[in-house]
Amino acid sequence: MPLKLIVNKEEKTVDVAPDTPLLWVLRDHLNLKGAKYGCGIGVCGACTVLVDGRPVRSCMTHAGSVAGQQITTIEGLSPEGQHAVQKAWEEVDVAQCGYCQSGQILAAAALLNRNPHPTDAEIDAAMNGNLCRCGTYPRIREAIHHAAGATAEQK
Amino acid sequence: MKISRRCFLQMTAVAGGGFMLGLYDRPWARAQGAAPQLTPDTFIRIAPDGMVTIMARGPEIGQGVRTMLPMLIAEELDADWNKVHVEQADLDEAKYGPQFAGGSMSTPIGWEPLRRVGAAGRLMLLAAAAEQWRVPVGECSTDAGKVIHAGSGKSAGYGELADRAAKIAPPKMSDVKLKDPKTYRIIGKSQRGVDNHAIVTGKPIFGIDIELPGMLHAVIQKCPVYGGKVKSADLEAVKTMPGVRHVLAIDGTLSTAVVVPNEPGMEPGIAVIADTWWQAQQARKALKVEWDFGPGKAQSSDGLAKKAAELLKAKPENTMRSYGDVDNGLKSSAKIVEATYSYPFLAHGTLEPMGTAASFKDGKLEMWTTSQTPGEGHALAAKAVGIAPGAVTVHLIRAGGGFGRRLMNDYMVEAAWLSMHAGVPIKLLWSREDDFTHDAYRAAGYHGLKAGLDADGKVVAWRQHLITFGEGDDYPAGAEIDKLEFPSGRVPAYALYTSQMPLRLRTGWLRAPSVNAICFVCQSFIDELAAAAGRDPVDFQLELLSATPVLLDKPEQGGDAPLNADRLKGVLEMVAEKSGWRDRKKSPGRGMGISAYFCHMGYFAEVADVSVDAQNRVTINHVWAAGDVGSHIINPRAAENMCYGGIIEGLSHMQQEITLVEGQVQQTNYHRHPMLRMQQTPKIEIYWRLTDNPPTGLGEPTLPPLLPAVGNAIFAATGKRVRILPLAKSGFSFA
Ligand code: FES
Ligand code: FES
Repeated sequence: MPLKLIVNKEEKTVDVAPDTPLLWVLRDHLNLKGAKYGCGIGVCGACTVLVDGRPVRSCMTHAGSVAGQQITTIEGLSPEGQHAVQKAWEEVDVAQCGYCQSGQILAAAALLNRNPHPTDAEIDAAMNGNLCRCGTYPRIREAIHHAAGATAEQK
Repeated sequence: MKISRRCFLQMTAVAGGGFMLGLYDRPWARAQGAAPQLTPDTFIRIAPDGMVTIMARGPEIGQGVRTMLPMLIAEELDADWNKVHVEQADLDEAKYGPQFAGGSMSTPIGWEPLRRVGAAGRLMLLAAAAEQWRVPVGECSTDAGKVIHAGSGKSAGYGELADRAAKIAPPKMSDVKLKDPKTYRIIGKSQRGVDNHAIVTGKPIFGIDIELPGMLHAVIQKCPVYGGKVKSADLEAVKTMPGVRHVLAIDGTLSTAVVVPNEPGMEPGIAVIADTWWQAQQARKALKVEWDFGPGKAQSSDGLAKKAAELLKAKPENTMRSYGDVDNGLKSSAKIVEATYSYPFLAHGTLEPMGTAASFKDGKLEMWTTSQTPGEGHALAAKAVGIAPGAVTVHLIRAGGGFGRRLMNDYMVEAAWLSMHAGVPIKLLWSREDDFTHDAYRAAGYHGLKAGLDADGKVVAWRQHLITFGEGDDYPAGAEIDKLEFPSGRVPAYALYTSQMPLRLRTGWLRAPSVNAICFVCQSFIDELAAAAGRDPVDFQLELLSATPVLLDKPEQGGDAPLNADRLKGVLEMVAEKSGWRDRKKSPGRGMGISAYFCHMGYFAEVADVSVDAQNRVTINHVWAAGDVGSHIINPRAAENMCYGGIIEGLSHMQQEITLVEGQVQQTNYHRHPMLRMQQTPKIEIYWRLTDNPPTGLGEPTLPPLLPAVGNAIFAATGKRVRILPLAKSGFSFA
C-alpha cells in the first residue's frame, strides 16, 4: 500500500505495510542509513529521528502513524553538516565508534532548540535515553556546551 | 601451546623495527608466516596536487586506529596533515602486516614499523628533489609537505616530486633514521577522527549500512540453548510471507569438544532471507521450530554457583603457582582475612549487532565485515564454503563497537555460507536478541581467598583458589588466570589454584579479557587486607610493589615479562596526588577508593569518589585515572576518549550479568543488561605519566582498575564490602 512520507522536506512514496517501523522504511526503502538499529525496543536511542522537531524512536514508530508529518533524519539536519551540533561534534571529537551518534546529535539538536543554554543536569536528563556503548558521554556534554556557545564546564 | 598473557605482551616489547608474531598466544594473532617487510609504496600514495593518501591497515571499531596509525606514517613522512586522506586497506596481511584489533596491540606493533614506512617515504622524496635539482641530498630538508633546498632557495611540493620519487628504490627500512620526537608536529597533537564528518552527517560507513546490487537480507533463528539443534520446523509456512525469498535449514558444524572453543563452528538454525531486513525478521518470528535442546538444558547459573561453592571447599585441582610455606604462614600470622568473591557472565552488547555482507559468485567470495580479526574470519569463511583462501576478498568496514566480540567470526562464516546457498549477495544482520543470546560471553568466576598479616600488618601468605571452567590445561577463552597475577611474587608465601567445571556455553574475550574481573577480586581483597592492617591502601600497595620479586623457577617462554613496579608505583602516587587522596575527609555515606593495575602493557591507577544513600544507591561523583603507556600520547583527545570508554564500561560491568535458566540466556536486550547512562556518568579526569618506554595501547588497561576502585569506595562510604557482582547481589545499585 503506498504511503506518503515527508522526509527531510521531500515527499516520498513508499510501498510498505503501515505498521512497518519507520526505522526500516528509512534504511531499507529510502536508503537513508543514518538512523541506526540498536535494540529495536525503544531503549537505546540509536534510531532517533525528529518528527515535527521532537525526537522519536523510529524503531517503535509505525511509518503509517507519521505520514504527513515532518520527519528529519541526520541526513537532513543540515545539508553539509553545518548545524552547530554537528560542527561541535566534529570539533570536540565526540565519536568513538560513532554508531550511536546520529541519534545523539538529533537528540541534542532538539534539546538546544527548546533550551539554548542547558546546564549539565539538563543535558543529562535530555540525553539519558540515548545509550552510548562506547562511553562518549563526557564528550557529548562538552560538545553540547560547545554548540550552545557556552564554555564547557568539563575538560 | 600455553603461553601466558604477560608473555604474549612481552613479545611485542622486543619490537625494534620487526616484531615477533609467532609467540602471541591469541590464535588470531598467530603469524601465518614471517612478518612482512613493510614498504612506503604499500601505504603511501601522493597525487600531483600534493594530496597524500595513507592506508589505514587495522579494523576500526571505535578505538581510533584509522586516524592514529596514519598519523605515525604522516609524521615521519613530514606530511601536512591537512592534506592527508586516509583510505582503508582491504585484508592483505602479507602486504600490510597484522590487521587485527585486539589486545591493545595496534599501538605497540604499529609504532616502530609504521613510522619507518613514513620516514622511508620522506627519504625517497628527498632523493627525488636532490636528483631534480642536482644538489647533494644532504643539503635538502622537508617541511610539512614540501622539500626545500636552503642554499638555492628551491622548494617543491611532495605532489611535484611524487612521480620521480616513485622510481627511487626504497631505502633499507632498518637503516632509516627517525625524527627527533622534539620536532613532532602531528604525533602528540590532537587530530580529529578522520571519519568524524561522515559520522555526524550520517554517511553509510558502518557494516550494517552496506548495500550490494541485488542484495537480500538475512536473519537466523538459532537454538535458545547453546549446542541445541532443530528437531523439526515448518519452513513452508513462512516461505509465502511478504518479501521472503529463501528459507534455509542450517545443520551447522558446531564443535562437540568438552571445552567449547570460541570459534566453535556454525550453529544450527533456520535462516530467513527476504527483500528487507524487517520482512526477514517478521517471517523469522513466525517460524515454528521444535528444538532438541541437548544437554545444555540442564545448565543454570544457580547450578554453576552451587557447584562452585562445593569446589571452593574441596581440595583444588590445579596448582598454577606455589612458593613459600603458605600453610605455615597462615598459621603463624597475627591476623587472617578470608573472603569469597564472584562475578557473572557478561555480554558484549556492541551497539551495532553482529553481521556481515557477503557475495558468493562463480567460486569466489567477497565480504564486507566488521570483524576485529578479519584474517581469521577469512580463513574460516573460505573453509565453510569450500574454496581456497585466495578466492576470498575481505573489505574492512567500520564497526559500531567491538570490545572483543568481533574477535570471533561466527557472523562471517554464516554470511559466506548463506550467500553461497542462496546464490545471491546477502547482508546478514543479527537481531539485538540474537546478539545477546548468542554471544561469546565473558566467563563467570568464583574465588576463595585467604591471607595472613603479621603483627606489623605485612602480608605473610596469600592463598587464592579460582573456580572456573574447562578441563585440565584447557580453559575456555577468558576463563584462565595468570600465574603472575598480582600479588604473585610480591608476598613471601603464595599459592594460586584453579578447579574447573564443565560449561556448555561459548565464552570469549571481552575488553581486558579475564583481568576485567580478576583485577576486581585481587585489588578489592588487597584493600580488605589494608583495612585489616589498619594501613592506608596506597601505602599498603606501595609496600607490596617495593618487595623484591620472587621470580618464577622456570621463566616463561620468551622470558619473564614482569610488571615494572616503578611504573605502577608512579601512577599510584600520581593518582593519589591528583585526587587529593591523602587529604580525603571521612564522612558517612561518602568515600573514596583506589586501585592500581598493570595489563596489556599499560599501567593505570584509579580513584573513585562515591556517595551512597540510605537505600544503598550509589552515585559515582568523580573518577581520577593516572596512566603510564610510555613516552607519547599519540593522539591525546582520542586517547582520553579511550580512557572514558574503559572507565564507563567498567561501571557498566558492575551492574550487568548474563544468567542461564534451563540453559537459556535470560537477558535478551539492554533493559536487562544495562549500559551506563549519561545521568550516571561521573566527572572523569585523566592524567598521563610519560615515561621513557615505547608507546602502548589504551583499548583495555583503563577498565580493570575501575571496578575495585568503586568497590573500595563503597566500603569507605558504608563499611560494607562488594564481593559479589553485579552490585545488586551485594545489596547496592547505581543511582
Ligand atoms: S533501536 Fe530504537 S531505541 Fe534502540
Ligand atoms: S560512539 Fe560507539 S556507541 Fe556511541
